Amino acid sequence: MQETPEAKKPQWAMVIDLDRCTGCEACVVACHAENNVRIAGEEEAARGRSVNWIRVERYLEGEYPDVKVRFMPVMCQHCEEAPCEPVCPVYATYHSDEGLNAQVYNRCVGTRYCANNCPYTVRFFNFFPAQWPEPLWKALNPEVSVRSRGVMEKCTFCIQRIRKGEEKAKDEGRDVRDGDVNPACVQSCPTRAMSFGNIADPASEVSRLSKSGRASRLMEELGTKPKVIYLNRGE
Amino acid sequence: MSKDHASNADINSQLLRPVMKTGKGWYLTVTVSGLVLLAAILSFAYQVYRGIGVWGLNRPVFWAFDITNFVFWIGISHAGTLISAILRVTGAEWRRPVTRCAEAITVFALMIGAMFPIVHLGRPWLFYWLAPYPNSRGLWPNYRSPLLWDFFAINTYLLGSLIYLYLPLIPDLALVRDKTKGLRHRIYSAASLGWRGTQLQWKRLEKAVGVMAVVIIPVAVSVHTIVSWDFAMTIRPMWHSTMFGPYFVAGAIFSGIAALIIAMAIIRKVFHLETFLKPIHFNNLGLLLLTMSLLWFYFTFAEYLTTYYGNEPAEKAVFQSKVSGAYSPLFWAMIACCFFIPVPILAIKKLRTIAGTVIASVGVVIGMWLERFLIIVPTLAQPRMPFNWGSYRPTWVEIVITAGTFGYFVLLYAIFTKVFPIVAVWEYKEGLTVSSQEHGAPEAQRLVAHGD
Repeated sequence: MQETPEAKKPQWAMVIDLDRCTGCEACVVACHAENNVRIAGEEEAARGRSVNWIRVERYLEGEYPDVKVRFMPVMCQHCEEAPCEPVCPVYATYHSDEGLNAQVYNRCVGTRYCANNCPYTVRFFNFFPAQWPEPLWKALNPEVSVRSRGVMEKCTFCIQRIRKGEEKAKDEGRDVRDGDVNPACVQSCPTRAMSFGNIADPASEVSRLSKSGRASRLMEELGTKPKVIYLNRGE
Repeated sequence: MSKDHASNADINSQLLRPVMKTGKGWYLTVTVSGLVLLAAILSFAYQVYRGIGVWGLNRPVFWAFDITNFVFWIGISHAGTLISAILRVTGAEWRRPVTRCAEAITVFALMIGAMFPIVHLGRPWLFYWLAPYPNSRGLWPNYRSPLLWDFFAINTYLLGSLIYLYLPLIPDLALVRDKTKGLRHRIYSAASLGWRGTQLQWKRLEKAVGVMAVVIIPVAVSVHTIVSWDFAMTIRPMWHSTMFGPYFVAGAIFSGIAALIIAMAIIRKVFHLETFLKPIHFNNLGLLLLTMSLLWFYFTFAEYLTTYYGNEPAEKAVFQSKVSGAYSPLFWAMIACCFFIPVPILAIKKLRTIAGTVIASVGVVIGMWLERFLIIVPTLAQPRMPFNWGSYRPTWVEIVITAGTFGYFVLLYAIFTKVFPIVAVWEYKEGLTVSSQEHGAPEAQRLVAHGD
């Protein structure tokens, strides 16, 4: 990770402890509610068009009767060397100076090239205009834009919460610290499997956890330098 | 001299007949192909109205028929370059009646291919955002994106091939001008740019055509290389390959020759041009097709064998889905259509007839469409994380739009043959003088003897 000391911008990262994940999917529900993630519906989901900015992947290990179920929450990995970024012809996806892989919905023309080049398959396309069943329409988060059809969307690390946290820190005349920003998934995790913070700050929780012997990144071998760090299970 | 005169008039009337007279068959062709195109336009309108979800695309298969058609038609467009430019540069005499058919294929196939990057967008009405112009977004387009390279490469190629089609048309436009009256006369007068057939004009024309023939070859090679880089620049299994550039160029020329053979056979039949498009042309093009078939097979074999031996899990998954999995019927149909059917037909001299080469070509065109589909969809359907594996099935919208591209191609080609002589009259005559020159005719004659 490259940092310029004069910028001193926070570099946002997430740590997920797989030992603690129970696969309850509270993070998925929280993400839907927070980010106005549309509900594709049964029929569309069956066609492979469900939208879940965060999903819990489930792997079965071993043979019956010694079967173990493994859970792994996967969202946009906010890669430092993101394969999705250089391929977008209109800069709809770009790298922010806070290490976020940002998606600008208004710039997107919908080539879907970014999604094709994402090794994590965490980009979602709006094939149809977004629709919500009746009462849910009234529960949309006013701080998050509803994406129009024909554009790509994905996890933002709850950019609206990051902005709020940064403004609060600025008002109080200090740098951001742990607890200022909690994305919806992190906040809702009942086993506290996820933590979020500024990895450029050596005192932060994510900094500390990322140095753990259990730390690894998803498909590190591709050189994408993800900003989501997984703590492997101990047996 | 008077004998020459008579044969000139004869050639003119035969080659200009399609322009001067319109048969029932032509109207029927235009109506049918126009209706197919109309169906495709309505389907596209429906897609714009409802959203691109009316296609069969999903996550992870974000590209399918759209990009298959794109690569396929850009590939077909390589017919004109190879036949016309390379044969012109190398001075192959037999090319003369073939060049214009080929150049027209290039322009029309490119026009159709270039539509797909627009048609397939999630918001097609914003396609112009790919163009570099001062805009309200305060942004240049992203020059790192292979899609932007496509944008420039295809536009360059389209412009170049339009010029390359137009230049050799000028003397023939003047010929039609001299034979028509009224409005048509005025239109052809303007289009022929004041051509009078002077020595100086011929000299300049030949120079310009010569320069364009040389220039268009590297442009054509670069276009399909860049199309291949749309895939090769990614990190997807079985896309990220160093040999995609030459593999795609070879495949493009391969399918282009096949399309040319089919187009020539149809033109020969419907316009009764048997005296101009002879079995020798089909024989020679058939040999070229054979060469490209062998080359294509070599590339395909090399590509798949290295993937197989590399045995990398993500690549292996895609490989197996093609060779023995869900896509294997299509894969083996492709191998049959591109190699096992055409090679014996084209290699055995007895079978390398007009009918034989057309059968082989139909196989190649089908096979090469499948090839592009098989490059795109199996890779997308099997991303690196098995949790996300998917599948793809086209909807009627994609199928109608695909059919519409063929309708559009036939329509454009039919109109072209009605407006312009499909065999280059002056080039054909030049060929006659060149061969009689070997028996002692003066050179000056070939330059002025274009009219009746």
